[in-house]
Amino acid sequence: MSDHPALDIVELSKTYASGVQALRGVSLRVEPGDFFALLGPNGAGKSTLIGILSSLVNATAGDARVFGVSVRERRSEAMALLGLVPQEVNLNQFEKPLDICINQAGFYGIPRAVALPRAQTYLRQLQLWDKAQQPVRTLSGGMKRRLMIARAMMSEPRLLVLDEPTAGVDIEIRRSMWKFISAINRAGTTVILTTHYLEEAEQLCRNIAIIDHGRIIEHSSMKKLLAKLDIETLVLDLAEPHAAVLPQLPGIELHAVDPLTLEATVPRGHDLNSLFAALTLAGIVVRSLRNKSNRLEELFVRLVEGGKAVA
Amino acid sequence: MNAAGQLVAFGTVARREVARILRIWTQTLLPSAITMTLYFVIFGTLIGSRIGDIVPGVGYIDYIVPGLIMMAVVTNSYGNISSSFFSAKFGHYVEEMLASPMPGWILLAGYVAGAVLRGFMVALIVLAISLFFTRIQMHHAWVTLSTIVLTSIVFALAGFINALYAKKFDDVALVPTFLLTPLTYLGGVFYSVDMLGSPWRQISHANPVLYMVNAFRYGLLDISDMPLGLAYAVMLGFVVVLTLVALHLLRRGIGLRS
Repeated sequence: MSDHPALDIVELSKTYASGVQALRGVSLRVEPGDFFALLGPNGAGKSTLIGILSSLVNATAGDARVFGVSVRERRSEAMALLGLVPQEVNLNQFEKPLDICINQAGFYGIPRAVALPRAQTYLRQLQLWDKAQQPVRTLSGGMKRRLMIARAMMSEPRLLVLDEPTAGVDIEIRRSMWKFISAINRAGTTVILTTHYLEEAEQLCRNIAIIDHGRIIEHSSMKKLLAKLDIETLVLDLAEPHAAVLPQLPGIELHAVDPLTLEATVPRGHDLNSLFAALTLAGIVVRSLRNKSNRLEELFVRLVEGGKAVA
Repeated sequence: MNAAGQLVAFGTVARREVARILRIWTQTLLPSAITMTLYFVIFGTLIGSRIGDIVPGVGYIDYIVPGLIMMAVVTNSYGNISSSFFSAKFGHYVEEMLASPMPGWILLAGYVAGAVLRGFMVALIVLAISLFFTRIQMHHAWVTLSTIVLTSIVFALAGFINALYAKKFDDVALVPTFLLTPLTYLGGVFYSVDMLGSPWRQISHANPVLYMVNAFRYGLLDISDMPLGLAYAVMLGFVVVLTLVALHLLRRGIGLRS
């Protein structure tokens, strides 16, 4: 089984009864031990794909194999290898975190004697142990998200799928979740992450696929993908409102966002001296300079918008 | 999942159901106690004392005890599974089970076990209340016991199928109001089917609750309007058919998987 990829998706398609084609022949491979980002705009097909992996959605065609086990043909065995943290909070609001974790283990056939210490471990690691006996409805949004991760870990899956696990979570808790998930990955669990926080994917993931309109439009290593980015956008905060006419510069696109802010789109490797020289000549004083967005966000937007700039 | 794992999974679902029943006992156990006490007071003591023996040697209050117990078993086993499983669907936490390796039949068995246990608890409560009003000698313990179990299973399975199809809470409430209540009231709880004239007597024979109530009445009082063998055949027939339907729906993912 170790020779198999952690996830092998072949020509997966899904057409809902409404006629909506959510997936159109998606093929994807994730290697064991990978930390894999699956990105895409809303409605791209990410959640449908994850739904099929976790057997909550029936595929119209194609198959997904988890460590070589077909979800379609050997559902029970495939599910034993997979842990899911869904996008929507799907906890019983009247149950307690400890019971939820122990029950989750029970659904996987793990006896209570094994489940109890395991639940303690994961609830402690996710800073939820002091809430273990409180009804879920009394927990904050961030606590519920962490509880869903603890719940998914109860079966100690070989493949952990996280569908926007940090949505709506403050940065401090988000970082603690990153730390936990990274440690899980380092310990050998293959992780697939979907997120709208692209810096999260950039920091954590080694490989990436971008899905749009039910098709994979990019599938490579994070390093290779980021290397494709050939421009960056700089935001210039001005000391005073600028003049109506901006200087023209070869290779650099300069435009005004508002009277006190300019944006300069600069090819990678292009020197910035000519930009500042032209701005100085035009009497424009720059107070500060920053990148408009992270690199992955820049690429993501261009790929999804069908931009041709990526080589 | 091996047999030991399946047993753990079954125990988990069933235990979770029992925990829910006990956690919200004011909604699951208390209402039947109050309703049936009122039935015993009004129909048993106040009205029943003027009716006299409905069957020679059996007072009216004694006659209605088995029917009232079965009425409670029917509504509680049905209501337990339909509301619990639909809540799991509505709150999406049913996905915990659907995305696990647990086979569908274990999920069904766990929920049915929970509903049967609630049926049993309520039957014991109503039986205990009845002892404040009359003295009942159980004549056939195994018939009494097996009828409660089979009836609970039949209505638990029906409630499960209802919850699979339900899209909103109204869909779960409709069946008890428009189907279960008429079936139980017309199922020989308060009267002997022999008292009915034609064609109502013949029509009543199409009501499965009639067979359940009479089998249970035979177990408790040793009297029945229906042959016991036929009553068991009806109950077992419904168990088999509804089990096959529920498993088929689960396999197809009706109401659960997109």
